[in-house]
Formats: sequence, structure tokens, C-alpha cells
Amino acid sequence: MSAFMVDQLVAKHGLLMAVRGVSFSLEKGEILAIVGANGAGKTTLFCSLSGVHPVDSGRITLNGEDITAWPAHQRVRSGLAMVPEGRRLFVDMTVRENLQIAAEHGRSGDWVLDKVVAALPVLEPILNQVAGGLSGGQRQAVAIARALMCNPSVLLLDEVSLGLSPIAVEGLYQSLEQLKKSKVTSMIIVEQDLKRAIQFSDHLLCLLEGRVALSGCSHELTHKAITQAYFGLEAEETENA
Amino acid sequence: MLDAIIQGLLLGGYYAMLAAGLSLLFGVAKFINLAHGDLAILGAYLVLFGVKVLGLSPWLSVLLSLPIMGILGWLLQKYLFTRTQAAGFLLPLLVTFGLGAVLQNGLYGVFGSDTRSLANYIGDLSWDSWQLTDQISVGKLPVITFACAILVLAGLQLMLSFTRLGRAIRATASDPEAAELNGINANAVHCSVSAIAVMVTGLAGAFLAMRAQITPYDGPVQLIFAFEAVVIGGIGSLWGTLIGGIVLGISQSLGATLISAQWFQLTGHLVFLAVLTARFYSAIAHQRGGWRMFLKQSYFSITGSLPPKVTKTKIKNG
Repeated sequence: MSAFMVDQLVAKHGLLMAVRGVSFSLEKGEILAIVGANGAGKTTLFCSLSGVHPVDSGRITLNGEDITAWPAHQRVRSGLAMVPEGRRLFVDMTVRENLQIAAEHGRSGDWVLDKVVAALPVLEPILNQVAGGLSGGQRQAVAIARALMCNPSVLLLDEVSLGLSPIAVEGLYQSLEQLKKSKVTSMIIVEQDLKRAIQFSDHLLCLLEGRVALSGCSHELTHKAITQAYFGLEAEETENA
Repeated sequence: MLDAIIQGLLLGGYYAMLAAGLSLLFGVAKFINLAHGDLAILGAYLVLFGVKVLGLSPWLSVLLSLPIMGILGWLLQKYLFTRTQAAGFLLPLLVTFGLGAVLQNGLYGVFGSDTRSLANYIGDLSWDSWQLTDQISVGKLPVITFACAILVLAGLQLMLSFTRLGRAIRATASDPEAAELNGINANAVHCSVSAIAVMVTGLAGAFLAMRAQITPYDGPVQLIFAFEAVVIGGIGSLWGTLIGGIVLGISQSLGATLISAQWFQLTGHLVFLAVLTARFYSAIAHQRGGWRMFLKQSYFSITGSLPPKVTKTKIKNG
């Protein structure tokens, strides 16, 4: 039984079909990278998976349970957490309070404040600072820590490196690497940096206009094939270019 | 004049208690409940019902009315406000306006149009006072009302700062979708806030009935007072609501003392209007890069020319 399974998912924005029949599955501890150009449907797919955007048809299964109709908070309590694009921290509250909220309302488990701070040491000096005054890298670290405090079995990370300095991105992926090694939490990441997406993930899925244009094992897919799928180019067009 | 200020200050306590629920509901659920004043009057009539029909003591009746008002607030949010909020900004206004009309006519149908008060049931407290100086005395009931308002606001502040529910309320007020993504049931939080808001409003209504005569149609006036206190003090801020209530109370009291009794309400409305105008222009000035730039632009739009430069001249000694 897969830890997380998505079957023929369809999601719309009004009349626009943003996600068209997307399917994939993920085992425990596996990492799936989702890539695609702007408007490919990555964020809508994530929002549908997390429960903040309605699903028109299809099925989402978490640890064998059909969660398609569940509201977002119920999915979190069952083990599906998301780091949304733009971090969405509670800016008037301290970092500690941001983490405390996730611990109080999420799933209980091994991820407690001390363990999260140990995994993301950048948090230690800023625990009592107001989240609104943090830098981009610090905010991203808090957002990831907050999702971990929900003790997810599946973690969704939307545009993790967007807007961060190269040093901050490096630090962030080092922390995620630690989480990857534990093989407890499955992760789905949306990443614009193709090279990093390939390196970090086990599987890769490329979206084009809401459809799956390419999917497979990250280390078996060539950069050329991914680029073709990313831009919707035929093989001949790529060669001519 | 000092006496007027003290009386206004104490009246401000009542306004703060009345406005706290409105401010809380707007701050978290982001909608204005136009039935707020009518819910305060409903709370007052509920206490009156307990005293007159059931023969309870006024304070016991107040205590028993609170959970009933809380349940009513929860049900209103769950089955009425949440559903109407999904349809945009206008529908909740219309629905709460309609709810206010239903409450007014419902109370009229049950209790009639006679003026009623709890003053007769609280003994000496309705008129007894402490003599501070030869010219200044403070009523015991206004002092109790003020103290109760402080306790209610402090209790709410402590709850918001240090409890699980309080943190969930603040998170939901900040970003309901992000709150959901952290396992918070935003709809349940809205229901809890509505329950607390209606409970506090009912308490304010009970204090109103102790110090004044009420009729089923007094709700809209109370809504205006609550709205003015919230706007003066800053929307969503509990202690701001207290300051707003005090400013409103002192304005009314000074207007009635220094001008005439008919100016009691008008002075409060004028102060409210002045604060609202100042906030409006302050927001525009902020958008346009500060007051200096805003005044320059305003001068240019009126005269068609830039304002003359003010040059500083040094005056030499000797």
C-alpha cells in the first residue's frame, strides 16, 4: 500500500481546468519532485492535495484512507502537511508561537520543538522573535519547521528555494537532506531549479498545462527529456534549436 | 468639568464592554454584525426574564444568561454567518440587518413596547454613590461596570495570549487558510469567537438594563455606540476598544456638560467623525509617501503650482 496516492485528479479555477487527470503514488520516505513552467498547475495541484482548493474529480489517498473530501485541517491531523508558497507565517506572532500552534493542532509524534531546533539550528536564536521581522531564509526555515511540528507522514514543499540567496538555499537543502536520510517522511517538492530537483528526488514528474508530460525515476530521466517535457517541445524541435 | 470627565470615563467602560464583541468578531471573522446592538438588548431581556418570570436574583440571572448567549453566538456563526460570509461582503451585512429586525420584533412580540429596567431589582446599587469631594461623586454601578469591563478585556487578552484557543484565534485572524494548513479548524474558531463575542455583548446589555430603561428597539443606537468605540480605538484591538469607549464616553459627557444635554450624543458622533476623517487622510498620506508629500500634492491640485519654498535664515547675534 502506497503512503500517498493521487488518482486522476482534476481541479479547476472557474472554467479553466488547471489540473487535468494527474496521477502518481509515493512510498514511505520517497521524494517526488514536481517541475513545470509557470502556469503548469503545480501550485493548484498542491493546494488541491492539501485541501485548500476544491477537487473536481479524482481521488487522493493517504495511508490507505480516502481524504479527497476532507478539509485541510483534517488532512494535517492525519499526517499531510504543507509548506505553502510565500511561507504564510503568522507574522504578528513569535517563531515559538508559530511552531507551538502546529504542535497543538497537528499530529502528535517525534517532531517536538527541541528536535526541530536541532534539525534546523538557524531557528535557535530567533525563537522569540516576531515572524514578520525575519529574513527570507529564516522565514523558509520557520515554515518548514512549522510543517514538521505537525509530524507529517507526507510533506508538501511548494517553491522551497524561491526568493532565497544561494547560501540560504544550500543551508535549506542540507537540512532537507537530513530529513531525507531518516526515510520516515515522504516529500513532494515543487522546485524551479531542475538540477537540484533531479539531485534531491527519487522520482520526478513534469507538468505541462495541467497534464503529466513526463514522469519517472529522477536518475533515469535525461536533462534533455525533462527540458522537452517542461517546454512542451517535440524531439525534432529541440534538435533544430 | 472634572466630574464630567470622570462620569465619561466610567461610561466608557460600558461602551468598551459593548464594543469588545464587535471588535473581536470583526478582527477574526472579518465581518460586521449589524445585529450586535440587538443582541445586547436580547441579553438584557434574557436577564429580565430570569428576574421577573423565574424569580432569580439579578446577578444569578446574569450568570445564567451568559452561557445561553454563548450558545446562541455559536449557533448563529455556524448556521448563519459562516454560510453568508461565503457569498461575499454584502450578504452578511444584509443578513445581520435582517437578524436585528427579527430580534427587535421578536422582543416586541414577547415583552411588548413598555420600557423596562433592572434598576428596581438591584436595590441601592442603582443610585448609590461614593462622594469623592464636595462636588464630585461616582455611582457605584458605573464603577462596577467599568471594573467589570477591565476584567472582561484583561481576561480576553490573557486568553488570546496564553491559551491554545487564543493562539488559534490569533492565527485564524492573521491568515485563516494558513491556520487550516496547521491543523486549525478555522470554522470552529470563528464559532468560538462568535460565542465569546455574543456572551460579552449580552453582559454589556445586562449592565445597560441596570443603569437605564430599555425597549426592544434600542439595539441600533447601541450598535452605533459600539461601532464608534471600535473605530476610535482601532479595529481588532481590545485595549484600543477600551480607549475608544473612554474617548466616546468623555466626549459625550463633556458635550452634555459644557454645551447642553442635547449635545450628549452629537458630541460623540462628531469626535467619531473627526477620528474617521483623520484615519482616512492618514492612510492616503501614508500611501503617497508621508504627510509632506501629500500636502504638496494637495496644494498643487488646488492651486496648479508648487508650494513656495520656505527658506531658513540665520540670525546672527549682535
